[in-house]
Amino acid sequence: MDRMDRRGFLECMAWAGTGVVWTAAGGVLSSRLVTEAAAQTEPAAFSFVQISDTHVGFKGQANPDAAVTLRQVVERVNAMPTPPAFVLHTGDQTHGQKAGAFDTVAEILKSVRTERTFYVPGEHDVFLDGGTEYLSRYGKGTVGGRGWQSFDYKGTHFIGLVNVLKYKGEGMGALGEEQLDWLGKDVGPLSASTPIVVFAHVPLWAVYPAWGWTTEDAARALAALRRFGSVTVLNGHIHQVLRKVEGSVTFHTAMSTAFPQPAPGSAPAPGPMKIPESQARGMIGLTDVTVRPVGGELAIVDSTLG
Amino acid sequence: MHQTGSRWLRYGAGLVAVAALAGLGSGAAVAVPTPTVQIKDFMYGPAVLQVPVGTAVTWINRDEEPHTVTSTTGAFASGGLVNGETFGQRFTRPGTYQYACALHPQMRATVIVK
Repeated sequence: MDRMDRRGFLECMAWAGTGVVWTAAGGVLSSRLVTEAAAQTEPAAFSFVQISDTHVGFKGQANPDAAVTLRQVVERVNAMPTPPAFVLHTGDQTHGQKAGAFDTVAEILKSVRTERTFYVPGEHDVFLDGGTEYLSRYGKGTVGGRGWQSFDYKGTHFIGLVNVLKYKGEGMGALGEEQLDWLGKDVGPLSASTPIVVFAHVPLWAVYPAWGWTTEDAARALAALRRFGSVTVLNGHIHQVLRKVEGSVTFHTAMSTAFPQPAPGSAPAPGPMKIPESQARGMIGLTDVTVRPVGGELAIVDSTLG
Repeated sequence: MHQTGSRWLRYGAGLVAVAALAGLGSGAAVAVPTPTVQIKDFMYGPAVLQVPVGTAVTWINRDEEPHTVTSTTGAFASGGLVNGETFGQRFTRPGTYQYACALHPQMRATVIVK
């Protein structure tokens, strides 16, 4: 089942509990049902987990306590037969940056069975103080303590970008000159066959600008990555899974672990959906990514809590 | 006799006070409730609020998403308001006060103080 037509897609989606795998090879999306075993047959392959928009402190119709669902997501990660090599948190750790909330998130994530967790901020992490508290906790090891960073893992180059500190008047994400200059220099020496994974909070493509679901200067970042054969962009912010493929770039947004948000334009505003908790559980969760460095293939699996 | 006299004075004072208030002008209420701006569906309502100098304005967040009430000139800042939380600001000087939400900068409104 290498190519997917619409009917095949719908049949695949009916297998809801297993998880649909989207893989990008040479810019062509394909899908197949995956089991855990697939990731373990190749020695060079590895997996990592993306969690996003944990919004600890949130209490609403869709979820009486975002800390509880975050703990359940952590349990899911810890139940994986092969622990992820690391975890990426793509921002919005707390809901209102209330006293103690950052500590609660850190405490819960301490129990994740993984080597390391990498963070990029969401606007909820920086809106009160321009990022002072967030960077005092998670700026260490980032470029100039400003929050952006890159690292290599088994030949794949990971880039964490910050697009909520230059937030524009229209509520759009923005990267800013300094970070864009750094990005160009960071990827400059890499060969075009190096698989690239970018992670940032606000989508790096124009999902829905009317709700601020876009990054105004993302085009410049993508221009710096155009020559690479495999680029995967992992974002959060919109609390739902959306995907797009553009040439050799695969864009993917993750669910929140706390509450879903409406599809673009389907509600008066992008706030938390007001739906029963039982329904919301089927719309929150985590993303598991398996990387097969040979061929630069990434398999992205989204799974829900309920 | 003395007590009755005092009572009369109190009633008299009350009558005088009512007469004075009646002279305030048509429709003038004795006690003005604090004007309240509702934050709902990512909007401030009313978007333009006009108040006399000395008025205390209250904002209340009705959304499950947090919002802020942040003056564009630094004159006031609510911090994060989660659902149900309120913020109050007394306007002691006339002027036009524009404000926005720090989380959602497209949310903008104004208080005009005369």
